Amino acid sequence: MVRRNTMVSLVILVIFVFAVCALVYPLFGREEMRLGLDLQGGIHMVYQADFSDLEPGTEAEAIEGAMAVIERRINVLGVTEPLIQKQGGDRILVELPGVGEAEKAKQLIGETTLLEFRELVEGEDGEMEWVPATATIDGKEKALTSGYFKENTYVGQGSLSQIFLYFEWNEEGSEISGEVTGRLIGQPLAIFLSGEPLLGDDGQPIAPIVQSKITDRGQIEGLSLNEATELSQLLNAGRIPVPLNPIYEQTISPILGADFIDMSLLAGMIGVILVMLFMIIYYRLPGALASLALIFYGAVVLAIFKLWPVTLTLAGIGGFVLSIGMAVDANVLIFERMKEEFATGRMLGAAIEAGFNRAWTAIRDSNVTTIIVCVILIWLGSSIVESAPVTGFAVTLLIGVLVSMFSAIVVTRTLLRLFVGKALGRKISLFSAHREKK
Amino acid sequence: MFDITGKRSLFLIISEIIILIGIIALVVFGLKPGIEFSSGSILTISFEQEVAQSELQEELAGLGYDNAIIQRTGAGDFFIRTQELTAAERLDLEENLSARFGPLTEREFNSVSSMVAAETVNNAIIAVAVAALGILLYITWAFRRMPKPFHYGVCAIIALVHDVVLVTGIFAILGAIMGWEINLMFITGVLAVIGYSINNTVVVFDRIRENLRRGVHPDFEMVVNSSLVDTLSRSLNTSLTTLFVVLALLLFVGASIQNFALVMLIGIIVGTYSSLFVAPTLLIVWEKGEWGRLVFLPRGKTKEA
Repeated sequence: MVRRNTMVSLVILVIFVFAVCALVYPLFGREEMRLGLDLQGGIHMVYQADFSDLEPGTEAEAIEGAMAVIERRINVLGVTEPLIQKQGGDRILVELPGVGEAEKAKQLIGETTLLEFRELVEGEDGEMEWVPATATIDGKEKALTSGYFKENTYVGQGSLSQIFLYFEWNEEGSEISGEVTGRLIGQPLAIFLSGEPLLGDDGQPIAPIVQSKITDRGQIEGLSLNEATELSQLLNAGRIPVPLNPIYEQTISPILGADFIDMSLLAGMIGVILVMLFMIIYYRLPGALASLALIFYGAVVLAIFKLWPVTLTLAGIGGFVLSIGMAVDANVLIFERMKEEFATGRMLGAAIEAGFNRAWTAIRDSNVTTIIVCVILIWLGSSIVESAPVTGFAVTLLIGVLVSMFSAIVVTRTLLRLFVGKALGRKISLFSAHREKK
Repeated sequence: MFDITGKRSLFLIISEIIILIGIIALVVFGLKPGIEFSSGSILTISFEQEVAQSELQEELAGLGYDNAIIQRTGAGDFFIRTQELTAAERLDLEENLSARFGPLTEREFNSVSSMVAAETVNNAIIAVAVAALGILLYITWAFRRMPKPFHYGVCAIIALVHDVVLVTGIFAILGAIMGWEINLMFITGVLAVIGYSINNTVVVFDRIRENLRRGVHPDFEMVVNSSLVDTLSRSLNTSLTTLFVVLALLLFVGASIQNFALVMLIGIIVGTYSSLFVAPTLLIVWEKGEWGRLVFLPRGKTKEA
């Protein structure tokens, strides 16, 4: 039995050293803990797709298309590590870490980025107004928009350093464009973006006079270099095929996140110190061993967080800190049992074995109820939009409970067994126990 | 040896008063739902200059946000809750405020639509109900070899409901006095209390299970009493260690998870009380059929089994 205990001690030591190494050094390509948006700052958006104008059966395709376009648009801005995920059949989650560029990216996601070409006609009230320029192709009326651009627009500079945004029509576009421009020679053709006229560098709407029939390619003149470049990139990124409405948004500044990390680290440290002090004062030697097991516990849990990796949120850290307090609960149950065994006159070895065996059912039952709650919280997190706090808490608490069963039972027992048969192990006052007077 | 179970009428009265206070608070004040449950937007901003809360309130009312709720956070930031803001409205609001009060930094913005809020309420209720049911089933299963395993499950759940009513009641009072809102961290805390408070009950029940098997005493009441005495120090100690870390969270992390930490703090204290004095007491009352004790009948008139 002593030999088996030595083996187990060795295994525990190896796990501990491995966990500490994993925390200190980059292992398996993980250099840092993965932090949630609330700790590193950033934007979390959830969009609901509006399928009402879509042909039935094309919804899934539209969502996939929308996600691809969002990804290309975000890449244009170079946001690091964006997360774009489908939620259910009709929602898209977008997470953009860091603010600044992210704020810009968020605006771009919402944009439909569709350029419309409009002509000037006399309305019913006699006023002149811009209406979409349309052409009838194969008996269907079709509006002339950037939806028919090939995705190869580019920006160029003219001889007088004017800025041009060059575009090419695709096959259908050139048909419509041919008909529209053929009909409107000598008249203005304005360009609208998201229902607003596109304004030139001079603040005036861009509305060139049609000179000739255009079928293959064209250019837009008058934008600033920046505007033209961005517009070109967005046009090339494609069009979001379905309207997206924001239904949830959270923006957190990185400063706030850094404060949270400092505060929760402090809370964790103070919590650990209080728990250790209490255990050592109340249970003496076993309490000190439980404190060592707690250090083992902390290192292993944090290493799992880093290697898995678990995305740490504020609530997640809360779950971890809470699990520190709960981790020693099993030890309390065991040590109280050991005291009872000592009281009946048993020696250390027998008291350890009986204490652990008889405390087991209570430890099992209480941990199972906590696990049930964690599993339900994980379900709750997966079923709601603002999932981060609930899931973060449940996952860290669940990992904590599972690891604590190992640390409180196997680690503490192995450490205690080292004292069996030793002089220290015979001093039962070290175990804050006393024999019952016969 | 302490006689704990003999004072069970007292414990029942205390618990009934606790539950009554909780229910009255809930009925009179109700819970104040945060934006996660009722939709809306929260904007947390800090101004470079000193700004008085009353001025800010006035300015917001002038901009058409009469119903805006403003709170000052510990760090001197302002926490402004309004109806759901669109991107343009939010930009407009921030521009107006910075025109009036000087440069500002947006620390946090959170906006929830009514559809999302309704889903969240639904699923949170389901989660709490399923958690209670799951625990009832597990406790009944864990005590299946005992006579009347169902009693243990039901008594544990009643003790739980007792804890949850008190915690939510206190939050209803806090909502009425200090404007505290319940949010997802509150629900998470309630579920954590459900999981935690049952732990202590299980420790006591486990001991009753063992003492019954060992036949320490022919009278069920005495078995329960000696089990309580046996487990008293461990129940208090496990609660204490957890209280330490929860207190640390409450004092040092503050605002964002204070809902959670406070729910846990109250929950652990009342949960420890209920595991020691409510759940075991109910077991005896049920075992002996002393239903009279539940309605404050004097001791002499109760039917002794």
